[in-house]
Amino acid sequence: MYYIDPHIHMVSRTTDDYETLAKMGCVAMSEPAFWAGFDRGSVDGFRDYFRQLTTFEPKRAGWYHMHHFTWMCINAKEAENVKLSREVIAMMPEFLDLPGVLGIGEIGLNKNTKNESIIFLEHLDLAAKRGEQILIHTPHLEDKLKGTRMIVDMLCDDRRLDRSRVLVDHVEEHTIRGVLEEGFWAGMTLYPVSKCTPERAVDMVELYGPERLMVNSAGDWGPSKPTAVPDFIMAMRRRGHPESLIRKIVYENPLEFFSQSRNFNFTPPEGLPAVEAK
Amino acid sequence: MSVPLSAPDLLTRDFLEVRAKILELAACLDRFQRAEGSLAGDPRMRRIQDGLAVLQGAAQLESAEPNRAEQVQQIFSLPYDEEWRKKWGI
Repeated sequence: MYYIDPHIHMVSRTTDDYETLAKMGCVAMSEPAFWAGFDRGSVDGFRDYFRQLTTFEPKRAGWYHMHHFTWMCINAKEAENVKLSREVIAMMPEFLDLPGVLGIGEIGLNKNTKNESIIFLEHLDLAAKRGEQILIHTPHLEDKLKGTRMIVDMLCDDRRLDRSRVLVDHVEEHTIRGVLEEGFWAGMTLYPVSKCTPERAVDMVELYGPERLMVNSAGDWGPSKPTAVPDFIMAMRRRGHPESLIRKIVYENPLEFFSQSRNFNFTPPEGLPAVEAK
Repeated sequence: MSVPLSAPDLLTRDFLEVRAKILELAACLDRFQRAEGSLAGDPRMRRIQDGLAVLQGAAQLESAEPNRAEQVQQIFSLPYDEEWRKKWGI
């Protein structure tokens, strides 16, 4: 089955992984800007990272006939440095109109601090002023519930935001309901240690239905599995779910969400419907 | 949304995996106990005990609410304060 991975950090993966993803049926991916394992020291460090995301990674994906899309931001962990964060936010418009840049992300909270919240709000302001889509990181483990509720508070307080253009990622059993009930999209991240397993993701599909729901692999520099979405597809099949339902979650939903971005340009594989950018 | 497989089919499919996970937990607790040092008063052990208590409802499948995963997640979560923005002035 063809699928789209809506959240995967390909800068952390080898070219072999691109080839494997293509062989597994991946036709497109979106890569949010994130914490690459170390704190960067200057705005130029971020500029180089954004150049990598907008030039080299699409090229690598193209070698295997996949589409690569991306998102710009300073992540929550490095947002603790407010001065640097503001420099990065001021520089981001250099990239936001480039082909394949879908919006601002993955912004959010890490340890749920005041500084992280301030920079999250400043990202939201930029997104609202420019009409950008938003992709959100929610914290891990014991910080997740509190941080997700704080994020939803801030999103709901900003009436300029169109909730159907906001994706809240890394939802789990205790956070998914609040995100969907407020009208946002939700992403389930399959991860060996700190997030969700394929079987639990299928449980959440059964509990909440497929609307505004996606599944992704994260596929970052930590212990992670870039082919986690095919694992989810297999778990859905083993539970007896129809192919049409699986396709909606792993292909049609990402297309529907991404097509709201002005920089989304996607050629579907033969036999599958095209979605025009809105 | 409905669950396509019946409960007996799911149990047949998942029985050995559940058994393996319970064994893994049992072995972990044994390991803690065999090692030097005390865990008395460690709040993480309290959370583990609270989590196991939620699972004990599994013996009464008909009466317990099917939200054990959510309950366990809540046990391992920090509290949320609705007044957080007011306190920080943002």
